Amino acid sequence: MRAAPLLLLALLAAGPARAVQPNEVLPDASLEHRAREISAGLRCLVCQNQSIDDSDAPLAKDLRLIVRERLKAGDTNQAVEDYVVRRYGEFVLLRPVFGLHTLLLWATPLLAILLGGFGIWRLSRRRAPPPERRLTAAEEAEVAALMRRD
Amino acid sequence: MLVETGHFALALALALSLVQAVMPAWAARAGEPALRQVAVQAALGSFACVLFAFAALTYAHATSDFSVQNVVDNSHTAKPFIYKISGVWGNHEGSLLLWVLILTLFGACVAVARNAVPPVLRANTLGVQGFITFVFVLFMIATSNPFARVMPAPVEGRDLNPLLQDAGLAIHPPLLYVGYVGFSITFAFAVAALIDGRIDAVWARAVRPWTLIAWSFLTLGIAMGSYWAYYELGWGGWWFWDPVENASLMPWIAGTALLHSTVVMEKRDALKVWTVLLAILTFSLSLLGTFIVRSGVLTSVHSFATDPTRGVFILGILILFIGGSLTLFAWRAPLLRQGGLFAPISREGSLVLNNLFLVAACATVFVGTLYPLLLEMLTGEKISVGPPFFNFTFVPLAVPLLLIVPFGQALAWKRGDALAAAQRLFAAMAAALVVGLGAAALHWGGPVLAPVGVGLGAYLIVGSALEIVSRARGYGASRARGAAVIGRRALGLPRSAWGTATAHAGVGVVVLGIAAQGWATEGLATLKPGGTLAAGPYVATLDRVAPRTGPNYEETVAYLTIRNRAGDEIGHVETSKRFYPSRQMAVTESGLLTVGASQVYASLGEIQPDGAGLRLYHKPYVLLIWLGAVVMALGGGLSLTDRRMRVGAPVRARAKGLPPSAVPAE
Repeated sequence: MRAAPLLLLALLAAGPARAVQPNEVLPDASLEHRAREISAGLRCLVCQNQSIDDSDAPLAKDLRLIVRERLKAGDTNQAVEDYVVRRYGEFVLLRPVFGLHTLLLWATPLLAILLGGFGIWRLSRRRAPPPERRLTAAEEAEVAALMRRD
Repeated sequence: MLVETGHFALALALALSLVQAVMPAWAARAGEPALRQVAVQAALGSFACVLFAFAALTYAHATSDFSVQNVVDNSHTAKPFIYKISGVWGNHEGSLLLWVLILTLFGACVAVARNAVPPVLRANTLGVQGFITFVFVLFMIATSNPFARVMPAPVEGRDLNPLLQDAGLAIHPPLLYVGYVGFSITFAFAVAALIDGRIDAVWARAVRPWTLIAWSFLTLGIAMGSYWAYYELGWGGWWFWDPVENASLMPWIAGTALLHSTVVMEKRDALKVWTVLLAILTFSLSLLGTFIVRSGVLTSVHSFATDPTRGVFILGILILFIGGSLTLFAWRAPLLRQGGLFAPISREGSLVLNNLFLVAACATVFVGTLYPLLLEMLTGEKISVGPPFFNFTFVPLAVPLLLIVPFGQALAWKRGDALAAAQRLFAAMAAALVVGLGAAALHWGGPVLAPVGVGLGAYLIVGSALEIVSRARGYGASRARGAAVIGRRALGLPRSAWGTATAHAGVGVVVLGIAAQGWATEGLATLKPGGTLAAGPYVATLDRVAPRTGPNYEETVAYLTIRNRAGDEIGHVETSKRFYPSRQMAVTESGLLTVGASQVYASLGEIQPDGAGLRLYHKPYVLLIWLGAVVMALGGGLSLTDRRMRVGAPVRARAKGLPPSAVPAE
């Protein structure tokens, strides 16, 4: 029974680790900075909406190592991303590429502002105060009658 | 026995809510106004029934009654008592029951608020509300019964998900639900107005308190959830643009737009049709938020089908309420008369602009959240829409919106003077420039956007203060001189003016907190006992790593001492890895040390025989993010205490004989 906590310690040690581990960090600070930048934009494929930079899944760790290896080999950020996308598909990018299939997605903010602005403009024109109407002869007479009574 | 009685009470609530739904319509048809009173009694009755059902379930959880399936699935004898209580709503069935409890509570409030709402509007609102209650209780009884028994009863329960065993999670859902469900009242008011075919400033005045309550609670709920994610998930982010978060953000944005458009309607009788549409959209988004999250459809299209009855029922509810109310809107909205003209540059104009940006932001979040789902259904292509997309699209919409906040407040109703408003804001702009440049000079070579954000925050806070000052000072002949006079007049301003200024200043505080995260620093290392790790101005020393036993978990704790760069001790922090044997789950508990509004954040990584992986963050002024949200909610609360919001409206008797202009214009 006394051994239980120790056993637990061992179990935990073997368990998943959290996000970037000290032994993964590249010695070159600027390369490591770029690696972190790229990692933040890559999705951990087995997690719910986590980047590989945040995830502690083994697959995320593999991806982080791949990113760092490519960087060490002299790839540009774009080349690393392309490499990962070639292997895992577009799903891996947290920022979707701009293309025909994502046109509506990327256009939404601008479209919403333009459509809304157009709608407001139309409404404000339609709701301009109506033109003044002259009184009819009958109304004029009535007004005159009322005025006389005072 | 109590459990069965609770189940029966729920069935009774179903019947009562049907009565509540039908009676107002019957009263109108039969021309028998007395029948309306039945809806009021039914609303009170169904609240009492649901309250009893909720108490029964809570009792079952508190006493660990393992003959109830819901308790077996979510409780454990060793679980601390507070989590036995919060476990009631830490699951699908229980959270639905909480949802309905709050729904009927709001219904009961409307039923009791006799003088605040005109009788016909009140009856119709209760009718719509009763219908919502009916559908939800039906859903619960048909597919998600929290009172189902299990035979034979197991000896031990399966425990609550460890991530949910947290004080934050005990209060987060109730706050969030008061927000979500509060918008159901606004929705019911809007539908009632559409049925009646009439809408006016009285409607706007009746609706505003409910919108304010819902909005304030939703603000608190979202902030609470964000803070929980920050300290519990263990990697120090405070907003992840997760679909679940987006689901709560969308009704909040729409609700914010609604809050502002009701102001225009109440003051100027304009934007009526738009306000009604916003009320419908806000609650629709709340429904979508509650159920899309519950159904699991966001994580995968396929999980929707895991429980087909529930999935289809949920889809039915969404179509019924969203589709039904929008159809009603298309049919009846043309009947609503438009009023109140205004020039483009005016308070109304700025509020229209506010609504435009808010709705665009809401649409962006909506499309971003649902786009991957739709694309996969239509073409089979899988894409991800994550934080980089939302940051790139949301921020450019939020910044202009924030820029016009003080500006709009400085404009007059109906027709404003842009130049004069800009002059009145001179101090705010100067403050923004000074603070922004100061921040940039202090952190030369750091991120570019952070000082800009700090400047924006200062602009918002000073702008809100200026609003109070310039209103207290007055204009033209009555312009006050001397600080004493201005101070006295400021105290005499309506509470809603203070509420507005407070809420807007709160936004500024949030912006400050967010901007300051640009200067957050992070350290990462494997430490042996005695080893040190630095982040920003602080250095952590690992004292020891030791196992510890909690009530229903085992943990390995890293004890840290935090010192500043000069070597003075600031405090101690513990971070641990917990293991819950009942669920075979491990979670990381981060350690926090608060210094002013800043925090040192430690998170334990891999444990090795001779040390531990450790992550240390310095998060400057991070608490401002959530404190700002609390200030915003406080502003909402302040507005609620405004004289004209007070339920009971004693003004009518007192103001008799006075011309309408004697009522304060704001």
